Amino acid sequence: MPTSGSGDYHPGPVAIQPGGHGDPHAVHHPKLQHHFDDMAQQAEASTLGMWVFLVTEIMFFGGLFMAYIVYRYASPLGFEEASHELNLYLGAINTAVLICSSLTMALAVRAAQTNQSRGTQVGFLLVTMLFGFGFLGIKAYEYWEKFHVGHVPGPYFVWDGQYPHAAEQFYSLYFAMTGLHALHMIVGISIMTYITIMAWRRTYDAEYYTPVEVAGLYWHFVDIVWIFLFPLLYLIGGHY
Amino acid sequence: MSGHVAPKGLYYTIFAALIFGTFLTVVVAKIDLGSFNNIAMLAIACAKASLVVLFFMHVKWSSRLTWVVVCSGVFWLLIMFSLTMSDYMSRGWVPGTWK
Amino acid sequence: MDTITTTTGLNYLNNGYGLKSWLLTKDHKRIALLYLWSVTAFFALGGFFALLIRLELLTPAADLVQPETYNKLFTMHGVIMVFFFLIPSIPATLGNFLIPIMVGAKDLAFPRINLLSWYIYILGGLFTIVAAATGGIDTGWTFYVPYSTAASNSHVILAGLGVFITGFSSILTGLNFVVTVHRMRAPGLTWFRLPLFVWSHYATSLIMILGTPVIAITVLLVAVERGLHLGIFDPALGGDPILFQHLFWFYSHPAVYIMILPAMGVISEIVQAFARKNVFGYAFVAFSSLAIAIIGFLVWGHHLFVSGESTYAGLIFSILSFLVAIPSAVKVFNWTATIYKGSVSFESPMLYVFGFIGLFTIGGLTGLFLATMGLDVHVHDTYFVIAHFHYVMVGGAIMGYLGGIHYWWPKITGRMYPEGLAKFAALCVFVGFNLTFFPQFIVGYLGMPRRYAMYPEEFQVYNVLSTAGASVLGVGYLIPIIYLIWSLKNSPLAGPNPWGAKGLEWEIPSPPPTENFAVTPVVTQGTHQYAPSREVGIAH
Repeated sequence: MPTSGSGDYHPGPVAIQPGGHGDPHAVHHPKLQHHFDDMAQQAEASTLGMWVFLVTEIMFFGGLFMAYIVYRYASPLGFEEASHELNLYLGAINTAVLICSSLTMALAVRAAQTNQSRGTQVGFLLVTMLFGFGFLGIKAYEYWEKFHVGHVPGPYFVWDGQYPHAAEQFYSLYFAMTGLHALHMIVGISIMTYITIMAWRRTYDAEYYTPVEVAGLYWHFVDIVWIFLFPLLYLIGGHY
Repeated sequence: MSGHVAPKGLYYTIFAALIFGTFLTVVVAKIDLGSFNNIAMLAIACAKASLVVLFFMHVKWSSRLTWVVVCSGVFWLLIMFSLTMSDYMSRGWVPGTWK
Repeated sequence: MDTITTTTGLNYLNNGYGLKSWLLTKDHKRIALLYLWSVTAFFALGGFFALLIRLELLTPAADLVQPETYNKLFTMHGVIMVFFFLIPSIPATLGNFLIPIMVGAKDLAFPRINLLSWYIYILGGLFTIVAAATGGIDTGWTFYVPYSTAASNSHVILAGLGVFITGFSSILTGLNFVVTVHRMRAPGLTWFRLPLFVWSHYATSLIMILGTPVIAITVLLVAVERGLHLGIFDPALGGDPILFQHLFWFYSHPAVYIMILPAMGVISEIVQAFARKNVFGYAFVAFSSLAIAIIGFLVWGHHLFVSGESTYAGLIFSILSFLVAIPSAVKVFNWTATIYKGSVSFESPMLYVFGFIGLFTIGGLTGLFLATMGLDVHVHDTYFVIAHFHYVMVGGAIMGYLGGIHYWWPKITGRMYPEGLAKFAALCVFVGFNLTFFPQFIVGYLGMPRRYAMYPEEFQVYNVLSTAGASVLGVGYLIPIIYLIWSLKNSPLAGPNPWGAKGLEWEIPSPPPTENFAVTPVVTQGTHQYAPSREVGIAH
């Protein structure tokens, strides 16, 4: 036992020093928050935090996918019949639009990583948002179409196929899943707006680009959700 | 701060693979392969998602912890799917029980 | 060490006054106190509903309140106690306060998100209170469909949104803890040098992250279903109510471990401090926390034994449920072995430890009864279940919470509390608790169902005992609230380490400075090196 009766940490006379850092002589990056030791620790914490958040998003969407599995297992033919009424080509185009937006997002992160001009950074970010709006536009058109032909679940649901109940179930899930996804797209575009403004103010460079990277992780995740929604909703009735 | 910078060409290659995957999955869906349709489209979707995760989301160059986080998310999803379906798929196996 | 025993100068409490310095604080210690006040308020509210329930059950007839009102009372009691007290209780208060200090960091990884989580919690709470005040909900805290879709009044949407919103506060707390433990540990503080409190909170955070989103989407779907008539769960719209139960319990069974695991962490700390021994089998206790968190996700189907779940699935869930007993028993055995031949003293936190070990053992063992499919058919939805989960949640989680509040009170406030009164209160809680809930095992086994305002006359004696016990329990809760507030001004100063305990939090002043550590500590051994008792005797 050491005579001090405690572990090995001896604060000494300067125990209280508000705003103090481990080494007061070190030069800090202006974007380093006070409770981190260095930029690397700050960046690692942020990306890990985003990944953990994405895991919660996986489970969040997971509940809906669970419902999809259960009801499709209950009425596979009804789901195929209902899926056949979705516009496969619009779905495929939207998939491609999102893949394009993921590419430009990855290039935007790379532009910040490699110290490229704010014009390049902002350019890639704006194109990414443009693709995002494109996706939402096509989605809105599809929704309008479904309202038009009465495929919206509820008292006004119309179905002249063999499995009206399963079809209503399918469209309940279709609107819940794509609606939640579209909500995530809107959140993603809002985040991108903020990131674009900050990029325009020359915030991001090879030293500090974590916000762009973290926003990119979120954007790619929303893309991945669609990669699964597309076949599960649009393609199961493709061979009808 | 250090982070892996991937070459631009790699991103374009991944992009091309993703577009091709989308094309392929639509083509396969048009052919009636029975239950193989499901397997094919899910396999293609998983492959596409893996490409996005590994390259666009930089997991290929990330710490082992990131791998663990990603895998645990998928693993817990599978726990939920498999145990819930173990109920639905075994309904009525015991004669006289509710299906 | 003498240089820091005087608490002159700035600490987190006097570093800025006024409402703004609290409501906009990013200091994890101040946020912990914000949580402390709010969860205590919700606890009082939930306790008030419990009081009305017990008063109503004093007589067999529904004479104090109508059955409809009674339905609302037990629903509000459950919703508030589970979502607004038990789940945030230890993690958001003690965990928030202690985890950065225990890992040798200045703050949690995301201080702003930490503050945000408190506001989200309050917002969710307001939704629920508004739902209660404008007419209440009568679905039971489980929001089972079709109660919550077809058979209930429309405040379900409001209360459901309250639970949904509060879920995000829980997710953000868990996220913050996980990142902090991974990325903010002081140099030399390896995983196996971490306090067991940190291990158990890490395991808790995993459940918060992996489970909470599922109930969030589930109650969101119930709200959407009510509002927009999407057919997801409501059988009238073609939905499947059992799917709701699967999704609900996928979170809500692990949620029980969100309540109990932090309490287990508290117990591990206190038992070492007052047995003055290192915990027996550190690695086993640490890994048993992770094992409980993981296995806890595989057992939810035991809530569905009589709901129409398939027999084979029930069998699997029954076997998996038994498995949780193993890591839980490891903990109980190891605490007992820690006490064995320790130089034990009986300060009030230690009394809560003894209470915890006894009550949690009863709660856990009766859980095995309920995991047995055949027996569960008999006692399902009776007071046996009520008694079981109160033994785990109140006998476990609240014992840990009260013990932890007492143990770290000197650190949080810089003041001691009146020990004699504290011992008396601990005794009241223990006696009152057992008097309240042990008769419920018997009356449940005899067949009294839960959630009814009326019961046959032969059950009255047990219910009178239960209500009498609840009064003693209530006194046991009121006394600490009074003397802890009193102690803020009137008790003697505590000094940095009144218990002679080990751990980084006991090496900084009480109350701690805003930055926790002036220089980042470098750790060279386990943070809890208690010498074996004989050597302490020599050193003194």
